[in-house]
Amino acid sequence: MFLRLVYESLRRQTRRKLLVTGAVMLGAAVSTVMVGIAVGIGDKISRELRSYGANLVITPEEDSLDVEIGSVDLKPATAGAYLEESSLAKIKGIFWGNNIRAFAPELPVTVLAGAQETTLVGTYFQKPLKYGNRQFTTGARATFPWWRISGAWPEDDSDNLLVGEKLAARLGIAPGASLKIAGKAYVVSGIISSGGVEDGQIIAPLHVAQTIAGRTGAVRRVFVSAITKPEDAFARRNPDSLSPRDRDRWYCSPYPQSIAYQLAEALPHSRAEQIRQVAANEGKVLSRIKGLMLLITLAALITSGLAVSAAMATAMFERRAEVGLMKALGGGQFSLSMIFITESVLLALIGGLAGFACGALLARTLGRAIFGSTLAVGPVLLPLVLTISIAVAVTGSAMAIRRAVKYDPVLALRGEG
Amino acid sequence: MRSGGSRSAMFLRLLARAAVWRKGQALSALLSVTVAAAAVSAMFDLMVDVEAKLRREFRSYGANILVEAGSRKSFSPQELARIYSALADRGLAVPFAYTVARTEKDQAVVVAATDFALVRKLNPWWAVSSWPEHSGQALVGVRAARLLPPSGSPFRLRFAQTDISLRSAGTVQTGAGEDSRIYVSLDDFSSWTGLKPSVVEIAAYGARGEIASILNDLGRAVPSADVRPVRQVTEAEAGVLGKTRSTLLSSAALIAATAALSVVATLMGWVFDRRRDFAIMKALGASERLITLFVLGQAALLGAAGAIGGFAIGVGIAAWIGRANFHAPVVPRLTILPAIVAGSLAVTLVSTLLPLRLLRRIQPAMILRGE
Repeated sequence: MFLRLVYESLRRQTRRKLLVTGAVMLGAAVSTVMVGIAVGIGDKISRELRSYGANLVITPEEDSLDVEIGSVDLKPATAGAYLEESSLAKIKGIFWGNNIRAFAPELPVTVLAGAQETTLVGTYFQKPLKYGNRQFTTGARATFPWWRISGAWPEDDSDNLLVGEKLAARLGIAPGASLKIAGKAYVVSGIISSGGVEDGQIIAPLHVAQTIAGRTGAVRRVFVSAITKPEDAFARRNPDSLSPRDRDRWYCSPYPQSIAYQLAEALPHSRAEQIRQVAANEGKVLSRIKGLMLLITLAALITSGLAVSAAMATAMFERRAEVGLMKALGGGQFSLSMIFITESVLLALIGGLAGFACGALLARTLGRAIFGSTLAVGPVLLPLVLTISIAVAVTGSAMAIRRAVKYDPVLALRGEG
Repeated sequence: MRSGGSRSAMFLRLLARAAVWRKGQALSALLSVTVAAAAVSAMFDLMVDVEAKLRREFRSYGANILVEAGSRKSFSPQELARIYSALADRGLAVPFAYTVARTEKDQAVVVAATDFALVRKLNPWWAVSSWPEHSGQALVGVRAARLLPPSGSPFRLRFAQTDISLRSAGTVQTGAGEDSRIYVSLDDFSSWTGLKPSVVEIAAYGARGEIASILNDLGRAVPSADVRPVRQVTEAEAGVLGKTRSTLLSSAALIAATAALSVVATLMGWVFDRRRDFAIMKALGASERLITLFVLGQAALLGAAGAIGGFAIGVGIAAWIGRANFHAPVVPRLTILPAIVAGSLAVTLVSTLLPLRLLRRIQPAMILRGE
């Protein structure tokens, strides 16, 4: 009898049911999108923040001091220690290898360009490397996305150079010119403008710098751009002082500290450090934006909850006459309430499911439009969205149901509302 | 004249009666309008403020403008003063001077001079064990510290045959060039080496246009200097802010659309539900126009009341979000109130006119018979 009543109640008055289902669906869709955004935004903004450049740097363990003022490196090429170029591919082999977006090795040498003493930095531009059976390309183009080149990027195996715009202006060179360095003529393939020290330097493929310095296979430092999790108090602990279990947890979280630790492990005789300007601030900006989206999501959830409740209440209010009739026929308050609550739950389920599907679709589209990559709405969100939909629908109709059930059937039947 | 007066008095009485008698329905309609207006005002209020707040956050990345004296020269005090006055209070300017000195073991080390109080504000990411407070104290980079005697004991540096005796107050760690340097105060530096600042790092506040005009003003103030934006910082900031703004905008649009749709649904139900009243009014001789005016009047009341209440709530929500996330209040913007009221009126009026139009086609007798 109960089921039949619920079934009948659902079948009739489709316009009203559609309205309620539509409201729940809309609310569920908005909740899905907003929760999807709130969950996914950390990762997306983190990727975006990688355009600040490298957040980690690897240097030789026993290095002497850097002596750099502005774009001029005064440290003699013979001084200090080096990293081995041959082991660089191992950077991709660390536990968080997939979080390494890019890296670029550097080898600075002091050279005479024309009559100017300047620094030539050897690096990778877009170098294909292989770790195990994995192929990847990396280099300065991905690590320093703010570099602008007029002309062409040099090939990594060529003898072409980039000249910083300030240096080029002083030397009067344009792309295509030839520049004599250490007794050999090189072709300037492009002029680099970075807004940083590179504007006064020469950037060359790594092997060119190694030949000039007379150090085959040597690298002075490696800049690494990694996707990390904002550091917290736990991240700042010293891993050697942690219990084995905590140490595993520390090691397996993508904190800048733990990635630096793993990098130093991977490369022989090296130390890896966070570049605090990038790494420390990244965490701050990220947590602000995440917090903002979380609070807005909360506000959106409350809004759609209240909106759905209002629609439910209106729909319920219209059914006083029906309730009056049921009561006159001997329906108890409890069983009457159950009928309407069951109906609300069913409508909420249908609306919630449809809303989740629409929301997931919308989140994908939004993600692609804003971030150029889809915002994945995982199926884990489905139970959450359904629970919210049901809770909202039931609380929304509860008030109206209570009033309807308490209503004097005589008044209701006479149509005096 | 008298009949006109009594008619409008009657109209007002009808409106008031309807508001008081149909409390339940009116309340749920009012609730949905209020919620919608609150959500939209909160989003509007946030949109305006959040960007400014985020920009402040981004300034913790440090300088976004670099002013360098031409090669191998330094700024005269007049030039520095002109830079400061060109910037005024639109940012924070910190002067730096650099040179290479030698330690007692004849190792080359870069010595930098700056204003510690300012640099502390400019670069909050510097991990400093303890800041120098007195003349003769130095802040030593963690890598440079390995060349020097332990913290607290004096050490000497030599520049062009002149020695200076310093004590290390603490160490600085940044993971970049600062780690290899020794920082001293500008006064100590200039009396020791005679050199003046050659670089001014500036953290300028404001959007892209304001930064551009600051760059312009600085270039005019010291024509010989090289003024340039730190692209690494400015470009990443623009990228992140742009994406955040789009995300906020689409969330706001989504929330506004849901809110408006729920108002439409609620109000349409509200009008349909009262078709018997309209039928009776019509049967008693009320004109089509009077009924329409009557319903629209109620809808307008709902819309205006909901908008004002919602605005107040929305401003509260925005202030709460600002306080919880940015630890600074979001200033309520009264200028958006007219827009909220207008939008709310438009939505409520449209969503009552639609069902009225449908009802008009129906004969009162049919409704009264319950068909």
